[in-house]
Amino acid sequence: MKLSIERSALLKAVSQAQSVVERRNTIPILANVLIDAESEHVHFRATDLDIEVLDKAVAQVEQIGATTVSAVTLHEIIRKLPDGALVTLNDDPSKGRLSVEAGRSIFSLATLPKEDFPVMANSEYAANFSAPASLLRRLFDKSKFAMSTEETRYYLNGVYMHVADSEGGQVLRCVATDGHRLARVDAEIPDGASDLPGVIVPRKTVGELRKLLDNDEMQIAVSVSETKIRFATPEITLTSKVIDGTFPDYARVIPKGNSRKMEVDANEFAKAVDRVSTVSSERSRAVKLSLDEDRLILSVNSPDSGTAEEELSVAYGDEKLDIGFNAKYLLEIASQVDRENAVFLFNSSGDPTMMREGNDISAIYVVMPMRV
Amino acid sequence: MASLCRDCLLTGPDSNRCASCRSPRVITHPELLDLSIAHMDCDAFYASVEKRDNPDLADKPVIIGGGRRGVVSTACYIARIRGVKSAMPMFQAMKLCPDAVVVKPRMSVYADISRQIRQMMDELSPAIEPLSLDEAFIDLTGTKKLHGAPPAVMLAKLTKRMRLEIGLTGSIGLSHNKFLAKIASDLDKPHGFSVIGKCDTTSFLNNKPVRLIWGVGKAMQESLEKAGIRSFNDLLRWEQRDLNEKFGQMGDRLWHLARGEDYRSVKRNALIKSISNETTFSQNTSDPIILDGHLWRMCEKVSERAKVKKLAGRVATLKLKTSSHKILTKRATLREATQLADTLYHALRDMFEQRDLNTDYRLLGAGLSNLCPESDAERSYDMLDAKAEQRGKAERASDAIKEKFGPSAIIKGRALR
Repeated sequence: MKLSIERSALLKAVSQAQSVVERRNTIPILANVLIDAESEHVHFRATDLDIEVLDKAVAQVEQIGATTVSAVTLHEIIRKLPDGALVTLNDDPSKGRLSVEAGRSIFSLATLPKEDFPVMANSEYAANFSAPASLLRRLFDKSKFAMSTEETRYYLNGVYMHVADSEGGQVLRCVATDGHRLARVDAEIPDGASDLPGVIVPRKTVGELRKLLDNDEMQIAVSVSETKIRFATPEITLTSKVIDGTFPDYARVIPKGNSRKMEVDANEFAKAVDRVSTVSSERSRAVKLSLDEDRLILSVNSPDSGTAEEELSVAYGDEKLDIGFNAKYLLEIASQVDRENAVFLFNSSGDPTMMREGNDISAIYVVMPMRV
Repeated sequence: MASLCRDCLLTGPDSNRCASCRSPRVITHPELLDLSIAHMDCDAFYASVEKRDNPDLADKPVIIGGGRRGVVSTACYIARIRGVKSAMPMFQAMKLCPDAVVVKPRMSVYADISRQIRQMMDELSPAIEPLSLDEAFIDLTGTKKLHGAPPAVMLAKLTKRMRLEIGLTGSIGLSHNKFLAKIASDLDKPHGFSVIGKCDTTSFLNNKPVRLIWGVGKAMQESLEKAGIRSFNDLLRWEQRDLNEKFGQMGDRLWHLARGEDYRSVKRNALIKSISNETTFSQNTSDPIILDGHLWRMCEKVSERAKVKKLAGRVATLKLKTSSHKILTKRATLREATQLADTLYHALRDMFEQRDLNTDYRLLGAGLSNLCPESDAERSYDMLDAKAEQRGKAERASDAIKEKFGPSAIIKGRALR
């Protein structure tokens, strides 16, 4: 195999590959990226056995062929090369080395045979549809913060993507929760998506997917089966196993009778929460919200470090209410609001609270209060 | 040389009998009235409690231990004469002493008595470091003026009070550091009082085996032996640097201990890092229902102790030992710190389900670690577990009932499995 490729194109492909490979793994080949040169194109493939990413880049191929080399080392080298450099990759199978040359730099990297590289089996997909990058970006960006990291409840360590019935008909919905908070985000259902089986997209895949979604205009081809999900752009194909588990019945958790409504400027609210929580204890990060006629007092009383209080004007017309929350959770949901005011719907100080942006119910958030 | 009568607590000049009460129980040592670091160890504590509460057992060999299997936790002095030792497997103990009366431990009774003894010790000094229910270090430095008597007198008074008021005996080791005090308390058991002063430290340690050192177990003994170290004399031949190189921090400690030096202070309430409990079954089992019963009871015990100590934990640990003695431990970080048996049980249950179902197990343990004060625990409920709040309240309610009517007033059906 021998090819030449522009540094920036190579860097983009290799950085995607190196973020998929597992840093600490016991199987050496899994640390490698498979470089496969065809005429005019070169493919970079990397996997951790749960996720596989395949990048395609344009290159001048002198000799077709394939080999594997450490993804992290190759990435580090390319990253340190000057911008605009032309990189030549030349594989010498007899020596088991890949030479990387750019300008006056020459590297010779150990390779492993391409035959040893595990390629994820192809599978039948139950649903194939195309969705704009902006739509997927909103679905995942607004829900992913609520994913759990709890090992025992592994089925919460991802975003549950499925088709749901909403007031205006079917929607494509993403839900994530860790038992403390929940995010439910809806989007218009793309053509061909109604047969989509509900799948839990793992945390790492959600992170990798984000890199495909920067370009608003890009159409992403999505394929879903019971066990796998695939996202593809013309250059990049990301295939991932989904979490084998049942997502809990989240509808039960979403409060229906919360009638005490508070409307507040989300940005002002977040800043105030952030300020008062400076003195709250590292562990609980508890903040108390005291509501009265059009007035909200945020306060923290931490026996170890001190107290803080801040008043905000809000729209609130219900009875007095004192309720406590983890400041971190309040900040996270408040940061999801970008256009209108944040609308909080409370019940009692022990019941889950709901938050949405204005009257928009296409993204709602539920937070569990805490004892303060 | 100073002497002290342990019966009438009078100090006087060196003599074989007390000048006042003629008792022969007189301790004599040149530094007797100056030493202030002590170790108190109750004599065959669990067995003595059982004998105290059941006079029929007084002249019988008594072994405290669990079930047919498991190990001896305490043997009374009669059983000890026959060769029974603590930590010995039960079957072996029964072979040595077939007529022994085996009594199941009553931990809550022992804990109560331990508290009574602790109260008596608290009157002597604020620096009490309990090592277990039945032994503790006491630092009486600087208390002579306060008590109007030197430490030795106060310690003799303590064991006298324990005997008269609680009906149990303990042995005292008095020295100038913890290491020697601990060794001394073991020299004159039961109901003993031994003194190792600065002047006789070197002669005392001469030719004594290194296994005397608290913390030198079998493994350490073996590696010391490989280096040719059996006694304190062997240790004295080593340079500090060489010991340090060979045994790390322990080497440094050994170098000092060989010279009778120990600079650790008596610490009140060493910080608790974890709370755990485990049980060895009377029969190996793979039966999920029986195992589940054990799991619940272990969670209850851990929770009970956490509640008493007003602590909660953020990390739950499950321990299983297979019939072939392979130990499996799994831990998980909880959503929130807890002290509830119910929450711990549900977290461990998830890990427990992942065990190999076809394996027989012989031991199960549960634990909580990454501890915090209870006020930081259970501050919010899990929205995905609708019943968690109710179960939490039910547990608090049954705790209140147990408090009032005794520990078996209300139990879960699961506990009977």
